[in-house]
Formats: sequence, C-alpha cells, structure tokens
Amino acid sequence: MKKKYYPPLIVLLLFVVAIGGSWLGIFNEYWQLVLLFMGINIILTVSLNLINGHMGEFSCGHAGFMAVGAYVAGILTVWLFADDKVFGPPVLPAAWAIPLFPVALILGAIAASLVGLLIAIPSFRTRGDYLAIVTLAVNYIIKSAIENMEFIGGPRGFVGMKRVMNNMADVFDVPWLLIWTFVGMIVTILIIRNFTASTLGKGVKAIREDEIASELMSVDTRRVKIIAFMLSCGLAGLAGGLFAHWPGGFINPGTFTILKSTEVMVMVYLGGMGSISGSIISAVGFTLLLELLRPLGLFKWVVIPLLLVVMMLRRPTGILGNKELTDVFPRLRAFFGSEEESYALASD
Amino acid sequence: MTLDIFLQHFLNALQWGSFYALIALGYTMVYGVLLLINFAHGDIFMVGAFIAYFIAVFLLGQGAFALPFALPPWLVLILTIVGSMVLTAGVGVGIERVAYRPLRERGAHRLYLVITALMIGLFLEYLNLASLGGAARGFPELIETEIYAVGGVSFTNVKLIVIGLAVVVMIALELFLRRTKIGLAMRAISYDKVAVPLMGVPMNTIIAATFVIGSSLAALAGVMFGSAYHRISFDMGILIGWKAFIAAVVGGIGEVRGAMVGGFLLAFIEIFVVALGQLPGLEWLSSTYRDLVSFTVLLVILTIRPTGIFGVARRQKV
Amino acid sequence: MPLLQINNLTHYFGGLRAVYDYNLTLEEGEIVGLIGPNGAGKTTIFNLVTGAYKPSEGEVRLNGDELVGLRPHQITAKGIARTFQTIRLWNDLTVFDNICIAHAARIKYGVVDSILHGERYREEEQEIKERAMELLAVFGLDGDAQELAKNMPYGAQRRVEIARALATEPRLLLLDEPAAGMNPGEIGELMEFIHQIREDFDLTIWIIEHQMRVIMNICERIKVIDFGQTIAEGTPEEIQNNPKVIEAYLGEEVF
Repeated sequence: MKKKYYPPLIVLLLFVVAIGGSWLGIFNEYWQLVLLFMGINIILTVSLNLINGHMGEFSCGHAGFMAVGAYVAGILTVWLFADDKVFGPPVLPAAWAIPLFPVALILGAIAASLVGLLIAIPSFRTRGDYLAIVTLAVNYIIKSAIENMEFIGGPRGFVGMKRVMNNMADVFDVPWLLIWTFVGMIVTILIIRNFTASTLGKGVKAIREDEIASELMSVDTRRVKIIAFMLSCGLAGLAGGLFAHWPGGFINPGTFTILKSTEVMVMVYLGGMGSISGSIISAVGFTLLLELLRPLGLFKWVVIPLLLVVMMLRRPTGILGNKELTDVFPRLRAFFGSEEESYALASD
Repeated sequence: MTLDIFLQHFLNALQWGSFYALIALGYTMVYGVLLLINFAHGDIFMVGAFIAYFIAVFLLGQGAFALPFALPPWLVLILTIVGSMVLTAGVGVGIERVAYRPLRERGAHRLYLVITALMIGLFLEYLNLASLGGAARGFPELIETEIYAVGGVSFTNVKLIVIGLAVVVMIALELFLRRTKIGLAMRAISYDKVAVPLMGVPMNTIIAATFVIGSSLAALAGVMFGSAYHRISFDMGILIGWKAFIAAVVGGIGEVRGAMVGGFLLAFIEIFVVALGQLPGLEWLSSTYRDLVSFTVLLVILTIRPTGIFGVARRQKV
Repeated sequence: MPLLQINNLTHYFGGLRAVYDYNLTLEEGEIVGLIGPNGAGKTTIFNLVTGAYKPSEGEVRLNGDELVGLRPHQITAKGIARTFQTIRLWNDLTVFDNICIAHAARIKYGVVDSILHGERYREEEQEIKERAMELLAVFGLDGDAQELAKNMPYGAQRRVEIARALATEPRLLLLDEPAAGMNPGEIGELMEFIHQIREDFDLTIWIIEHQMRVIMNICERIKVIDFGQTIAEGTPEEIQNNPKVIEAYLGEEVF
C-alpha cells in the first residue's frame, strides 16, 4: 500500500475504536470522559507547544484563551439551542444544533485568537520573563473579567450546555462531543504540523534561535509572531469550546486559572518543547496519570509535582526533547514521513 | 473624599504594600542572581506563616503539646518571628540545594528551572492542603492589639509595627547590599555571572545567602500577615505570590529598589481603586474589579516601560 | 544612480557618539572595503544600514529608495543582505532550513495556504527547496544539508552564513569579517570565492575586514574610519601609505 495512505488509515482506525467503542457502550461513561479529556489536552498541549516550544517563548496564560473559547461557544449554543434562565427559550430548533455546533466552536476559537493579540503585540517589544508576566496578567484579566460579568453567571459559572448536548443526542444518538473532540484534535495536529513544515512556519523556530538574525534575513518577525499567537490561542479556544460542553454541564472562571495554564505547560515540557508527537504522547500520558492517581485524592497533586521534579532532574529535555517520533524511530517514516524529509534526503 | 478617609486608605495601602514589598524582594533578589523566577516563593510566604503558627501555638500552650511554663508575650513574638525566619530560610535553601542547583550545574535551560519552581510551589500548597486540611487557621494573637485614633483616622499598633518593620528591614537590606562584601557580590553577579566566580567569589555561597534572605523576608511577611489578619490558609501564597512577582517586575526585576517601589505601587493602586469605588458616581468600580484594574494598570506600565521602573535594559550586541 | 548612497550618517548610543557624519557612495559591481581599528564603529555602520538600529541622523538610499525607518526585514527584501562578525546561524536548525528560511521575503503564498498546503503552496515550496539546494551546491554544502548548523565546522559555518545571505537574493552583500578565524590557505580560497560570487550573483560587495591581505587584494576602494568618523579613503595603495591610517592602527610615529 502506498505510504501516504497509512496516516489516514490509522486515524480512521482510532476514530472507529474511540467513537465506535463509546457509542456501543464498550467504553463506559467514565472512560468516555477520560477520552474526552485526552483529546482536549492534546489540543491544548500541541497548540501551546507552538509558542513555548517552537518559538521558545514563555506563555503562562493558555487557560485564559481556553476560557474565551469556552464561554463564547457555550453561550452561543445555549442561546441558540437550549432553554435557559439567561436567554430564554431556544432560538433555533434542536436539529440545527448538529451542523451549527462546529460553527459555535469555530467562533469561540476565532474570539480566542483575537484575544491572543493581547499577548502577540507586547511580544514585539518584550521577550522571556517580561512576556511571561504579560501572559500571566492576561490570563488573570480574562478570568477576572468573566467573574465580573454577572449576566453570564459571574464567579458561579454558566450552565446549559448539557441541555444542548442532550438535544443533539435526541435527534441522533451518537457521542457528539467525542466526535467533535476527535475532529478538533486531528485538525489541531494538522494545522500545527503543516504550518511548522512550511517555510513561513519555520520562521517561528528561527525566531527562537536568533530573532535579530531572522529579522535581518528577511523574516517578518512581527507577522510570524502574530500568526503563531493567533493560531495557538485560537486552538486553545477550540479546546475551551469543546470543554464547555462536557458532561459536567457547567463552566466557571475558577477552572481557567493559572493552575490550569501550569498543567498545560507541564504537558508541553514533559513531551519535549518543539515536538508535536511528544506533545501528543505527553498529553495522553498525563491524562492517564491523573486518572491513575485519582485514588490518592489530594495527595495526587503532591505526588505529581514531585514526579515531575524528579523527571526534570533525570531527563530535563522531556520525553522526546525537540525531536519528533520519526526522528527517534526512523522506521516509522514509512508511516508518517513528510514529503520534505524525503526530498532533502533524496538529493544525496 | 475627606482627608481622614484618604489617610485611612493611605495607611492601609502602606500595610498591604509592606507584604507585597517584602515578598517581591525575595523574587527580585533570586532573579538578580540566578535569572530564575522562583515561582515557589509565594508558597514560601505561606510556609513561613504556617511555621510561625505552629511555633506560636506551641509556645503559647494552645496546642496538643505545651511547655510546662508560660512565656511572656514579647518573648513568644520574638521567638516566633526568629524561629519562622530561620526555619523558612532552611526550607528555601533546601529547595535550592535539592532542586535548582542540580539543574543549574547541568546547564539546564532556564525554562526548565522555572517549571521546577512551579512544581515545587504546587507541591508545597497541596502538601499543606492534604495534610492539614483546607480550613483556614486562626493565627494566634501575638501582639496585643491596641487601637489608636488620631483625628478621624483609626489604626492598630499591629499596622504600625508591620509598616515599621518593613521599612526597617528594607533599609537594612539596602545597607547590606551596599556596604557588605556579600552584598556587593550579589549585585555583581546580577551584572555578570561569568566573571564573578572567576574572581574567586564562591557562587554557591552567595546563591544560598540570597535564598536565605529572600525566604526569611517572606517568612517575616507571613508572620506579619498572620498577626494583621489572623487568618492563614494553604492558598494564601498563590495570589499574593503572583501579585508580588508582578510588582517586582513592574519595579524592574533584579533591582531591589524596584521590588520595594513596585510592591507599594501595586498596593496603592489596589487600595485606591477600591476606595474610588466608594465614591458617589463610581460605584461600578466595585471591589471585584480591583484585581482586574490592578493587572491592567500593571500591563500598561510594562507596555510603556518594558523593563520596569528601575530595570535596566540588557542591550543585545548585534 | 549609485546602488547605495549614505549621507551624513550619525548615531548616538545614549551619550556616546558611535558614528559621525559618515558618507558613502557604492556603484553597482564594486567591492569596497571598510576598515578601522577595533571599536571604530564599522559593525555599527552595517547595523545602521541594515536597520538593526535606527540612525540618529542621516539618510541611506538603495537605488534611490530611503531605507531609514524601514524594518530590517523590509530592508533585506529590498536587496541588502549581511553576514555577522560572530556567526549567527540558527544553530538547532539544519543547514537546509537555514537557507530555506532566508527565502522568507520571496514567499507569495499566504497563511491559509501554509496550513492547507494547496497547489500554489506546493509549487512555491518546491521552488524554494530547489533554489536552496542549488545554492548549497555552489558552496559545496549540499551533502551537509541535513546536518544541524551547530555541528558544522567553523569554516563551513561561515560559508553557510554567506549562502544564507545570498538566499535573500540581494543586490548588495555586506560581509562582516568573513576571514575571521581562517588560516592562510582558507583565506586564499575566500578571496577567489568572493570574486566568483560577485560574478555569478551579480553583486556589489561591501566588506569589513581586519586581514590586510584580503582587503588589499580584493577591494577596489577602501574607506577607513576611526572613532566613528572617516579618516581616509582611496585605493589600497593610497591607504597603505596614508599616515593617518598608520597612526590610527599603530599609534603615532615615534621617529
């Protein structure tokens, strides 16, 4: 079989297993939740890696953009498709929710990417630690702003998304959220991978290595930074929009604090900064680790930081460093190799 | 706003700023010497408060273990402060030895050090939460509170002590940095990390000293906080820690004067934003907006002056 | 019209005057040298012309277009490229990527295309890759394309830097001490190489150098600066015998 058919087949296989298994009830509700969080964490980690790994910056506020996406998408779907206290009866019939759900997600992502300009523009003049402050402040400002918006629940949070999901299931009973999370995950991976493989996207890494030299070698660093931040923050918003519809049924600002941003940073670091496959592996692994340690209750968060510190001391570059899986296992190139690698190698 | 009310707020801001400044100093000194943002520092403040709590409870005979004799209150206060500062300094230096130094010596990228610091902070918070429970604890009264009133302004002796101590400590720190050899070494390292050890200065000693000072100041802030507000909890370090960090950056991270100025500046902004919200016509500026406004103002300051008020831009040679 | 015209270029770093009233006219195809003692301001002039710093005063025109105030990447896109005194390659990237990325200004596809990888994207990327490999071949580096820049030997790194500068398709190439750290054999090769690329790539070359052999042998014209100001100008023979130049480099004659 031609090499280029392998990746889509693998994706299809995963889809069938994950979605089919959930639909048929092979995965019970608990495991469906775990799969959901795995997918969301993959989106968060791969998107943050673009900034913290590929570009070598220090964004500590990813949860803020997740919050923007969560609220925008959540409010939209509830307003349009559910009966709730704030907006009253649904504006559109439930059947429309099925095609319009991804639209709400996309709008949430766009909103988040626009808010991402709040950190993209300061990044022109500041780097490193100072930019870290800006991202922290923006995360906090977003959370604080939401808390001050009483009409969408303020600090108590916003509910209603569960009704939307139930209405959708009434029309056609498949695990909608898992499906869209899966799609969102694939879309995220493709966007980041394609962008960083392009010459335009390679400018991101050039900025990490030497920003001044990049500018002098004709890379429009401002444009590249804006694109990278908007992509990263927008995808975080996508993750947020998906999260907003989780079975728990509610979102509140307390979820999107710096602690959440820290979680994502940990996953990025764990997988290796600048490695997309590393991010995927570590997001999956970290989600599983959190579940594995659930019986420990609160001590979970005593053990995990310790484990990470130990790992940092033993293998500071994370699971894959800045290599991709195909660098460590070259035979996998048969499945996943990119056209470019084969081009440059073929010229020998 | 009448003069009384203004002065009342002014005093509150001075007290609140004392905490920020004392904690910010720890951040800025460690950053100056190591270029590391020690995100665990806010939790060191919490550790200091809790260590003080246990010492005080023990000495006052309020806990399960009690001394066979009673101590005079002033002695309890001094022992609590000193004990907490010493033990917390030990915690700070211990963290440096066990977690930061190995990474530093291996030449690990700064980002990894910062993440380690974040993790240690998390570890401290949840260790407290998991072992002591989430309920806030009442900090014992170590200083008999007396209320004074001058004109229309009322304040407690505790408030005066907090402010006074903070000022004394800061003056002492400035003198230390400018007049002693170790202080000189600390300032030198913040300018040139490579040359200083080559001149025979023991880097590890200096770094340990930096953590000792930073951690003990945070502990002092913790004791004072407990005495002023009588309430300590496992998460007390989180928000104050982040804000003190931002205050240090706004003041110019690495610059001691910057931490002091930044800390008080932040406190003033916060207190007066809330105060303004009590004026007729400005009710929309409620206290829930306080944090939002402070962070926004800070962002604005950093946009205008990216290296902070006293910060020196490190010029990159092209 | 001259290719490059610099008038009254002056720059202060705070209170320190680094460059004062520098003037230069470069005609197409010339190889001109810029020499002077250490700290004279040579690299600063390069930085001012390429936009790394914005000059306090003065104008810089490339083919009549004013460059002052433009962002560096725009100036590079207009046709000026440079190498650096201390090599500034993108170390953790491959040699191939180092060359490809420098084609940034020539990219016509947009962000959407860079993600969707449509027809136009693939065509342009193919062109970029082909051009990058051709360029590497000229420099004898095509075998090392997948090597990380930081793993290349020093002399090769210098060549990669020049190749990267040429990838931006410049009209004017600024070389900042290209012979630094080279042995006499390598220097001979370098000199031939500079003549060659001037021919092959239709360049004008402006070169800062300390190695007198290089300057005297390949430069047609030389300007000498000290303390930010021009102190002499002329052909290599004239410069060699100019007392002011000798004084600047060696101190006053004590006879």
